[in-house]
Amino acid sequence: MNGAKAIVETLLKQGVDVTFGFPGGAVIPLFDAYLNYKGKIKNILVRHEQGAAHAAEGYARASGKVGVCIATSGPGATNLVTGIMDAYMDSVPIIAFGGQVPTSLIGNDAFQESDMMGITLPITKHNFQVRNPNQMSPIIMKSFKIALEGRPGPVYIDLPKDTQVGEVTEPLPREVTIQGFQPTLKPNPVQIERAAEAIVNAERPLFLIGHGVEISNASEELAELVNLTKIPVTTTFMAKGAFDEYSPLSLGTVGMHGRKIANYATVNTDLLITIGCRFSDRITGNLKTYAENAKVIHADIDPAEIGKNVKVDIPIVGDAKNTIMGLTSELKKMKIKEKTKWTKEIKKYKACCDTCVKEKPSKRIHPKDVMLELNDILKPDDIVVTGVGQHQMFAGHFIKRSKPRTFISSGGAGTMGFGFPASIGAKVAKPDVNVFLIDGDGSFQMTIQELGTVKEGNIKVIPIIMNNSYLGMVRQWLELFSDKRYSEVYLGTTPDFVKVAEAYGLKGIRVKKKEELASALKRAVKNDCTTVIDVQIEEESNILPMLPPGGNVKDAFGGCMVAPGKFFEDD
Amino acid sequence: MTKQKKHVISMLVEDQPGVLTRIAGMFARRGFNIDTITVGKTTKKGISKMVITVIGDDATLEQVEKQVNKLIDTIKVMEMPEDKSVIRELCLVKVSISNKKAKEEILRYTKIYKTKIVDITQKYVTAELIGTPAKIDAFIDLMKQFGIKEVSRTGVTAVSRS
Repeated sequence: MNGAKAIVETLLKQGVDVTFGFPGGAVIPLFDAYLNYKGKIKNILVRHEQGAAHAAEGYARASGKVGVCIATSGPGATNLVTGIMDAYMDSVPIIAFGGQVPTSLIGNDAFQESDMMGITLPITKHNFQVRNPNQMSPIIMKSFKIALEGRPGPVYIDLPKDTQVGEVTEPLPREVTIQGFQPTLKPNPVQIERAAEAIVNAERPLFLIGHGVEISNASEELAELVNLTKIPVTTTFMAKGAFDEYSPLSLGTVGMHGRKIANYATVNTDLLITIGCRFSDRITGNLKTYAENAKVIHADIDPAEIGKNVKVDIPIVGDAKNTIMGLTSELKKMKIKEKTKWTKEIKKYKACCDTCVKEKPSKRIHPKDVMLELNDILKPDDIVVTGVGQHQMFAGHFIKRSKPRTFISSGGAGTMGFGFPASIGAKVAKPDVNVFLIDGDGSFQMTIQELGTVKEGNIKVIPIIMNNSYLGMVRQWLELFSDKRYSEVYLGTTPDFVKVAEAYGLKGIRVKKKEELASALKRAVKNDCTTVIDVQIEEESNILPMLPPGGNVKDAFGGCMVAPGKFFEDD
Repeated sequence: MTKQKKHVISMLVEDQPGVLTRIAGMFARRGFNIDTITVGKTTKKGISKMVITVIGDDATLEQVEKQVNKLIDTIKVMEMPEDKSVIRELCLVKVSISNKKAKEEILRYTKIYKTKIVDITQKYVTAELIGTPAKIDAFIDLMKQFGIKEVSRTGVTAVSRS
């Protein structure tokens, strides 16, 4: 067998039956090999390699399996870079294959050659360049291990054309070991004990749950721990759905555009029990004042995150599921009582948060109405994917999710254009649920070409375009922080998305009035192909309250805040 | 600003193509200040040893060690504190000989510092010195008065004393 066949054989062995890719000269041998494996492996042909990378991400985020994307050398591979970087920032397990010129031409400025090894060094967990066909299978097997184990992340593999064509002379390995890679999965029992004691003694404890809990598939264990301790839970934006947001103990998401009650709890807690979160600047604001009244327990699988941003009192290195189970079993031995004074206070304020202030009547539809309407028809297993911008934050704020891996968004990188291809990957991973995309007109246009992919691939997703012809989030910042000096935020004539969808042989619905939303959504769900819903929304609405960038969490302002820094009437 | 010190860190890494670039790149990305960097073979096939001097406070040192450990190619990371390690650097200094008196003085100093004279011409004398970075700094400082034509330092390498 040649190197290309070895690639397919190894992918099949790793449980891969679908890849997202776009061909080119340097990967002709690889895609040729696919023809010998029809029915066993399939490639979803995208329309831009960036779409392949984000689709692989959507696949991985929805399923927990490794997503695979393929591009040719040179510009094909460099088009994967944004997606690889996005996966790196959000710890998503993907493997990106890039074709490469033959080994004899490397370094010669050959046609469609680029140094992807050098380019992807800082944005991958690791990268490899295959130098001879016998290395093909072991490298791929190592890549899967690296992508999935410990803190997941992207791996890039460079495939010089001659290594795909050349003959494999050694048998494919059964397993591989990596000397320098032994992530700590089991937490230190001493640290678990210390943490449990701190939890029992705290007066105002708070769970801060991050993406790590979702990655670890620990939602059930978390629910048990919360049920035992009756401690309120807030999640980061990335972990939305890791804890049932319909639970009375759920405070929703925390951070720059998080729920008021969640940020209030962070300011007033005396014990921050953090699991699987990296304390991104989006939730901490000014590190000098963040959680200044609280002791911090920080549990994470990546020891480098502990102590990186926030000073930690009780560090716990280990997998989130193991940590949560350890805490539960330790706390069952001790006598833990509900901190009723604290939970009463929280529940009182949460009730206020849940009956949010109505928006002023407006000529066009308010984004919040779209979110609430969508919430009404969402089933627990349905998946919501978002683009990046105001619409993303409206979704995070107002949509409720009860199951993990049902809210998919680009958090760390904030990549506009992520949404549509990611929704494609998510649908391929979970064909039996409805996949909704909440996108902005700016974000959607960045990867709109993937309409071709959903048409040809027969993939049904439901894009809801929040159309106001503005780069909304930037416009909001210019309004709030630059005296409305709008520069380069007006997109002007947005295309008629209904016509664009129809041009691709798909369906489209335009919604101009709030009353039309429900029926449009129902129709799109019923249709048998992708239906783009073009919602004409308010041009200048703001997503508030907000944490001042780089400022203190306690100085949240806007929206339903009583005044800047004052969360509730009698707090 | 917390106390900035020089810390010597030694790491065993897999001798894969690009490992030096990977590690140096990580330091650059994270904003860690590299003072010196050396790499060489070990007695184990396929394993190299890198020794890096990084300038920073204790919090930085902790992050450096953790981030280096994260890299797949890294097998082991060890801090090399001055009192628990043997730290050495090699230096070649080419000094101008302007007159007979200067030449005599240079040769006298090199004897005191136990420096080897490895080359001597009409115009220059080249000294080879192996020692701690502090000793090398001192010798170079001493030679300045005569006119240093060229200096080449290898950067620090180290083994632990235990």
